[in-house]
Amino acid sequence: MATISEPVIRSAKSGVRALLDIRNVAKSFGTNPVLRDISLQIAEGEFLTILGESGSGKTTLLRIIAGFESANSGEILMEGERLDLLPPYRRRVNTVFQHYALFPHLTVQENVGYGLRVAKLPKDEIATRVSEALAMVKMSAFANSKPGKISGGQQQRIALARALVNRPRLLLLDEPLSALDANLRRQMQVELKSLQREVGISFVFVTHDQEEAMVMSDRIALLRMGELEQVASPREIYSRPATAYTAQFIGHTNLLRGEIKAGVARCNSLSWRVGLPEGPALFSLRPENIRIVNSETGPDIDVVSFRGRIRHQAFHGATELLQVLCDDGLTLSVRAATRETRQGELHLEFSPADAVLVRESPERG
Amino acid sequence: MFSRAYRAAITLPPLLWVAVFLLVPYALLLCYSFWSVSTSQTIVHSWTLDNYRELFRVNVYLQTLFRSMWVAARVMIFSLLLGYPLAYYLSFYAGARKDLFYQLVIIPLWVSYLVRAYAWKTILGSDGVLNTLLQYVHLTKHPLEFLLYSPFAVVLTLTHIYTPFAVLPIYAALEHIPRNLVEASHDLGASPSQTFWRVIFPLSIPGVLAGATFAFVLSLGDFLAPLLLGGPSGIMISNIVVSLFGAAYNWPLGAAISLCMLLLVVSLLTFSEKLEKKWSFR
Repeated sequence: MATISEPVIRSAKSGVRALLDIRNVAKSFGTNPVLRDISLQIAEGEFLTILGESGSGKTTLLRIIAGFESANSGEILMEGERLDLLPPYRRRVNTVFQHYALFPHLTVQENVGYGLRVAKLPKDEIATRVSEALAMVKMSAFANSKPGKISGGQQQRIALARALVNRPRLLLLDEPLSALDANLRRQMQVELKSLQREVGISFVFVTHDQEEAMVMSDRIALLRMGELEQVASPREIYSRPATAYTAQFIGHTNLLRGEIKAGVARCNSLSWRVGLPEGPALFSLRPENIRIVNSETGPDIDVVSFRGRIRHQAFHGATELLQVLCDDGLTLSVRAATRETRQGELHLEFSPADAVLVRESPERG
Repeated sequence: MFSRAYRAAITLPPLLWVAVFLLVPYALLLCYSFWSVSTSQTIVHSWTLDNYRELFRVNVYLQTLFRSMWVAARVMIFSLLLGYPLAYYLSFYAGARKDLFYQLVIIPLWVSYLVRAYAWKTILGSDGVLNTLLQYVHLTKHPLEFLLYSPFAVVLTLTHIYTPFAVLPIYAALEHIPRNLVEASHDLGASPSQTFWRVIFPLSIPGVLAGATFAFVLSLGDFLAPLLLGGPSGIMISNIVVSLFGAAYNWPLGAAISLCMLLLVVSLLTFSEKLEKKWSFR
């Protein structure tokens, strides 16, 4: 599996020294391996999302960075110094917890000032920074409320202010938006992203929601069963997925299984020229990269044309997703601009460049 | 929905029980406290405030009441000092041994009160375990007399008996503290001791109040420990009530003292419940 994590170590903003350097971290709970050989770098000012299904180990990785769990092997460096040997309260890392973990016996401003008070900062400095932080998250009006009296979205802002007021080098966010309803959630995604740009602190954001990851991140680290599947920018991970799992997890895709022989890729009756080595091959073809055309174009080396019949039509608003049964028995998903009901046979085509060669995702147990 | 008859059928027995064995006796007690005893040792059923006047006129009653409260206060403090660390360890550090330690706290409650009180007699007596040991290692020449038949013995025994009552509510309060609050505190830079004093202890206060109330109230009303181990100097208010209802045959005065104690205890309970509410956040 070493090859999978190989393109990973490229930082999104080249030339910037890595703030956090995770080296070969592994963790098991009993005999159950949760993380295997994770290596990942986080750049200064970067918004990195750790994306994965439940049980992929994403929260465990976050807890290891925060110091609530210790790795069985490997090390973590922050600005060149060992971070993993420090207790959580000596790390310049703060966390926004999934359920916010606000102190119920303290008021909003006491919660926000907690980190500054335990650091024994002068009282007037604490007061200034707390009111700045509350203003930043637009919660100044609630300074004297108890956390139990404010809404989930408001608690979320307070949790954010409580973490950021300490000016950490790195902010960890453990699915902080998962408890919010859809609209508030989209609004917070935008706010969180612009806040991150404003304060310039590196964010490590954990989520299972791929759309959320796409909207907010500079880079996405996709975690699957304790291993990094791919680390890349949202655009790159979407348009050049490295593995079949990545292609399916991020967005929607068609997987075409075939063979490459003498510079030609063949999947059922479809074939196109490729500059790839011979052997069995798996291609990912996004539904929006298949075009519906009026009539069959002549033989063209730049497009692959075929015909198919609509089996199912799912309305998604501006677009619709069609299940098309091709003449050779292959079923493909096709995304097209919404029309009234379509009928009969369709002429379809795609560019060979959009069929991305992906690796099989091996079974892991 | 349950039918009206069914609801009556299940609520009536406990209501009757409370009425017959709690409300009626209290009402009788209230009546007795306003009656008096004639010189010929019969109850005079005419209303008077004499018993309450007597209570505040004769120094020994109030003095004994204050001494009992002082004993109860000491038992409360020692139970908390012993019980809090135990509950804290149990909740935060016992790990897999949690159930075992929990049982070890509970088991003494299964042993008869008398057995436990007598056990201290054999430990503290002049030829008891402790004195024998002290003389054996030549720390003392003669047995220490203050160990038994003294307020010390009463406080020690009551602390032993009522500490589990302090441990359990504190343990329950600690168990209710979400562990992510502890993590959040560490995350924000608070050391373990800062986390304890700023997060864990404040959030366990309802349990501490409940435990303190248990220990204080139960000790205040105790009469067996002072009877068995207290000697003349260790007498408590309940011993006086017992003798007034027994040998002294002055039920009205006994009832008046009982009601005063009841009033004291009820106001304490109300006060502590108010405080608990103020300190609970869920």
